[in-house]
Amino acid sequence: MLELPAELAVNEIEGVGMSEATQSPDSAEDEVERRDFLIMATAAVGAVGAASFAWPLVDSMNPSAEVLALSTVDVDLAPIEVGQSITVVWRGKPVFIRRRTQAEIAAAVKDDGADLRQKQNDADRTQKPEWLVMVGVCTHLGCIPLGQKSVEPKGDYGGWFCPCHGSHYDTSGRIRKGPAPLNLEVPLYKFLDDKSIRIG
Amino acid sequence: MSSESQWNNPVIKWVDDRLPVFTYMDHEYNQFPMPKNLNYFWNFGALAMIVLVVMVVTGIMLAMQYTPHVDHAFVSVERIMRDVNYGWLLRYIHMNGGSMFFIVVYIHIFRGLYYGSYKSPRELLWMLGVVILLLMMATAFLGYVLPWGQMSFWGATVITNLFSAIPIVGEPIVTWLWGGFSVDNATLNRFFSLHYLLPFVLFAVVGLHVVALHVTGSSNPDGVEIKGPQDSVPFNPYFTAKDSVGIGFFLIFFAFFVFFAPNFFGEVDNYIEANPMQTPAHIVPEWYFLPFYAILRAITFDVFFIPAKLMGVILMFGATLVLFILPWLDTAKVRSARYRPVYKWLFWVFLIDCVFLGYIGATTPEGWRVLGGQLGTAYYFLHFLVIMPIVGKLETPLPVPASISEAVSGRSSNASATDMEKS
Repeated sequence: MLELPAELAVNEIEGVGMSEATQSPDSAEDEVERRDFLIMATAAVGAVGAASFAWPLVDSMNPSAEVLALSTVDVDLAPIEVGQSITVVWRGKPVFIRRRTQAEIAAAVKDDGADLRQKQNDADRTQKPEWLVMVGVCTHLGCIPLGQKSVEPKGDYGGWFCPCHGSHYDTSGRIRKGPAPLNLEVPLYKFLDDKSIRIG
Repeated sequence: MSSESQWNNPVIKWVDDRLPVFTYMDHEYNQFPMPKNLNYFWNFGALAMIVLVVMVVTGIMLAMQYTPHVDHAFVSVERIMRDVNYGWLLRYIHMNGGSMFFIVVYIHIFRGLYYGSYKSPRELLWMLGVVILLLMMATAFLGYVLPWGQMSFWGATVITNLFSAIPIVGEPIVTWLWGGFSVDNATLNRFFSLHYLLPFVLFAVVGLHVVALHVTGSSNPDGVEIKGPQDSVPFNPYFTAKDSVGIGFFLIFFAFFVFFAPNFFGEVDNYIEANPMQTPAHIVPEWYFLPFYAILRAITFDVFFIPAKLMGVILMFGATLVLFILPWLDTAKVRSARYRPVYKWLFWVFLIDCVFLGYIGATTPEGWRVLGGQLGTAYYFLHFLVIMPIVGKLETPLPVPASISEAVSGRSSNASATDMEKS
């Protein structure tokens, strides 16, 4: 943006014609050094200035304060029955909260030894085995997998099934089949008491 | 100048043989011959270009955060100020950038008026400049509406109502401009769209302005054309360096307002959300419109069959449009005021008249100021329509130097930069 001088003939600016001005670089060695220094210094200051103007422009596109302020959400778990799922919104994304049946927990634990794409034990994916909390976004390309409602397909492993490109997740939300690379992400959350959690 | 021998880098040579951008840049910004007697007033075109780029860049970022809806616009601007990372900086740069743009361009224009830069063969260059000024004014007005404060709203109402002065079709035109029966959501939406569009039109006209400039070359303080290589220096390094110095000082000036007095040019009332049910007691436009605002209000009487309201509007637009025919109104054979002993003083009288009209525009039209505004308006047009043609004929100019070299060698070495003040 700034026009920086490619060649600064400092002590020749006054009253010299074009022919004389353009032929000078190799005339005296100390002049060349001083000119080089001036060019470098000017370019450096210009670069710092341009960068310090560019950073606010770039940073303004990062999440703003009022978006960051929405980073936690509290959920009351009391109304959720065994075998029921709910979906809550956290940072604009769906979070799946499932109160798993004993059969589902048993199936998930049994598969800890299976050939998993991303090796993870069911116990490491939950804080209390009954409650599975995951970001409901397929790790392939961001669709929301089906399986939250009882009428929806749950895939070959009884968990979730992403309709976009056919990824199958098990009852622990681990990827078992299809193009997705990773298990469904478990967000940071903590139990505020027995029946409520804070996500984020 | 053939590209065959000039470029050693094979990639540059390959591109340049097919699309001679490097040859063009070398020709227009490296070797381009500039008059060697230019003073710092010749920095202001480059400064205007810098401001335009800054305005477009910050404006694009702000548009990502702004909501053009009557219910959200004001709040979204406050959100930019408080929540968006560096939003306060972007908005204050953009807000003050508008004022900086007009400061720079007004100095650029008055430099042209003093040194006769509009005279043949640079008439079209000048006229393109007037188009740029009109586009700037439109863009600035549209942008001022977007924060949806009280001044935004009532400024939009007053300025769009100017068109109601047009006989017969005036009212339908205003309704069409508004997209309704008052300034409302439809108006805000289209103003946002046009505020985003016009700067790119501006860029295009600036491009033409620069092309026209590089045909005739820059004018200069002595008003005699370059007659040979002894009169000129290459653009680089002489004017890349000189422009860089000017840009450095200008950016410090700009930054002072952004960081230490960001609301200096603004109106406090614009931090009150727009209220269509209540007009502020004292509404004024931004400072750069004040002289034109004074002209608009000056006409309090009907002129023959033309009602006062219409006449005010005609003169307000006429005040800018008269610049289009200035190259033909000025009959002087000599270009620069440096060699025009009478016009030189009339230039300063005209400048004072413009400042005076600005003062009138900023204050309430009561008492002596009504007559003051009328006299100021009369002199404004008298200057262009009567004084310029007559003085050009009657004035005896001082002897003009035969060439730039002669002008430079005939003066003491420290005279060139400050002659506008001294002479």
